[in-house]
Amino acid sequence: MTKYNLFTPISEKDILNLKIGDIVFISGFLTTSRDQAHLRALEYFRKKKEVPIDYGNSALFHCGPVVKKIDNDWTVIAAGPTTSNRMEEMEHEFIRIFNVRMIVGKGGMGEKTTKSLKENKAIYCSYTGGAGALAAKAIERVVKVEWLDLGIPEAAWTFEVKNFGPCIVSIDSKGNNLYSEVSAKVRENYERIIKSNTD
Amino acid sequence: MRNELILENKLIELIGLAETDLPTDVETSLRNSLKKEKSELGKMNLEIILENVRIARENRIPMCQDTGILNFFIKYGRCKINYDKINKIIIDSVKKATKEIPLRPCVVNPFSRLNTNNNTGIGVPNCDVEIISENYVEILVFPKGAGSENMNNLYMLKPANGIAGAKKFVLDTVINSGGYPCPPIKIGVGIGGTSDIAMKLSKKALLRQCGKKHKDEKIASLEEELEEMMDSTGIGTMGLGGTVTTLGVNVEYADCHTASLPVGISIQCWADRRAAMRLYDNGDVENLSHGGIGDD
Repeated sequence: MTKYNLFTPISEKDILNLKIGDIVFISGFLTTSRDQAHLRALEYFRKKKEVPIDYGNSALFHCGPVVKKIDNDWTVIAAGPTTSNRMEEMEHEFIRIFNVRMIVGKGGMGEKTTKSLKENKAIYCSYTGGAGALAAKAIERVVKVEWLDLGIPEAAWTFEVKNFGPCIVSIDSKGNNLYSEVSAKVRENYERIIKSNTD
Repeated sequence: MRNELILENKLIELIGLAETDLPTDVETSLRNSLKKEKSELGKMNLEIILENVRIARENRIPMCQDTGILNFFIKYGRCKINYDKINKIIIDSVKKATKEIPLRPCVVNPFSRLNTNNNTGIGVPNCDVEIISENYVEILVFPKGAGSENMNNLYMLKPANGIAGAKKFVLDTVINSGGYPCPPIKIGVGIGGTSDIAMKLSKKALLRQCGKKHKDEKIASLEEELEEMMDSTGIGTMGLGGTVTTLGVNVEYADCHTASLPVGISIQCWADRRAAMRLYDNGDVENLSHGGIGDD
């Protein structure tokens, strides 16, 4: 478990040597986007409409935060990751089109995303699911919010963060996927459990 | 009127308590998981979870950004407050709690996906009412996040599949869920009834504390067997591998049709949030969770 500090914008060089199981702390910008913001960004791209978010400049965060508006300023109360797999069918395209270098989420992603991360030299990291109160402590301010009409959880929030982590590298830029490795072991265990219950 | 005012004040507190502080049994179960866990990543994630629980409690902020759909389980006795009034107080409390705590507005129209912005809507919050003969009303609030809820499952087994078939179905469901529902997970299993009853029983099974076994010894031993089975999958905390996958398996059952064997499964994330209270007709309030009288 080697630890790394990364600063946005994250370069290709920054992530090429990171391996699954490494730990990363991010400083700079995180931009949230989940189901609806993914759909809209891709729709705008197809229709050649301007997407008001520079995903290449920050890390992409699968998250829908708890926020509070105090005197016209947003404060983040809790902001842990959401289940990344809901974006699996869109993410491979999203990574390529919007120059995503790093994704932070939970639960892992599938083959299409893993392939796209490898082709586009990018990584996927896991933050502890449900640890929303702890995550919010590393968020210094809300830089901006776009597409608030999608609702608070689905809007695209850009946060400035300091030492956001620990994030576990779980899909690296070489195509290694920690979840697939665990899944293969789980399958073996499954066969063993089934066998011992039918003998 | 007096009891209505008491309920209005207490209900906001109750929702706040559920969202910001884990019940004692859940935190104890997480600490035990950390003692048992052998994987380094698993230990690290469990330590982060416990640290997160502490921060949320000390700062009175929601522990998870998915503050969930609010479910209410109500035992309604011979009370001075009419039930329609209780229902209105619950809806108003959810709206107020969303602004004050604050909670994330999670409720949308399924067609337009437009957010109602106050966590209420058609059929939300969901209130399950049981009529009882005592002189109090008991309210349990159960916020449920979507990460775990999306992994729930129902299967109408053939009677010939038997309980062995039910066990395999629980195992298949947990294996297919992997890390998505934020393990270590609590698993509620409802066996028997009809399709809707099996699902409802599985959710009610989650309301029972971690580590508290079913009164019927046969069911209790089925729960233990399922717990061992789930831990031996090796899914681990957050699905990154490890010795601990579950905080417990709770089973409830109902009798069913001779031609049926419904099995419902409700999955709960490590943030097994709930809080309960009882309001007596004389205005006395008892806490039933978080060190209250329900924590026996």
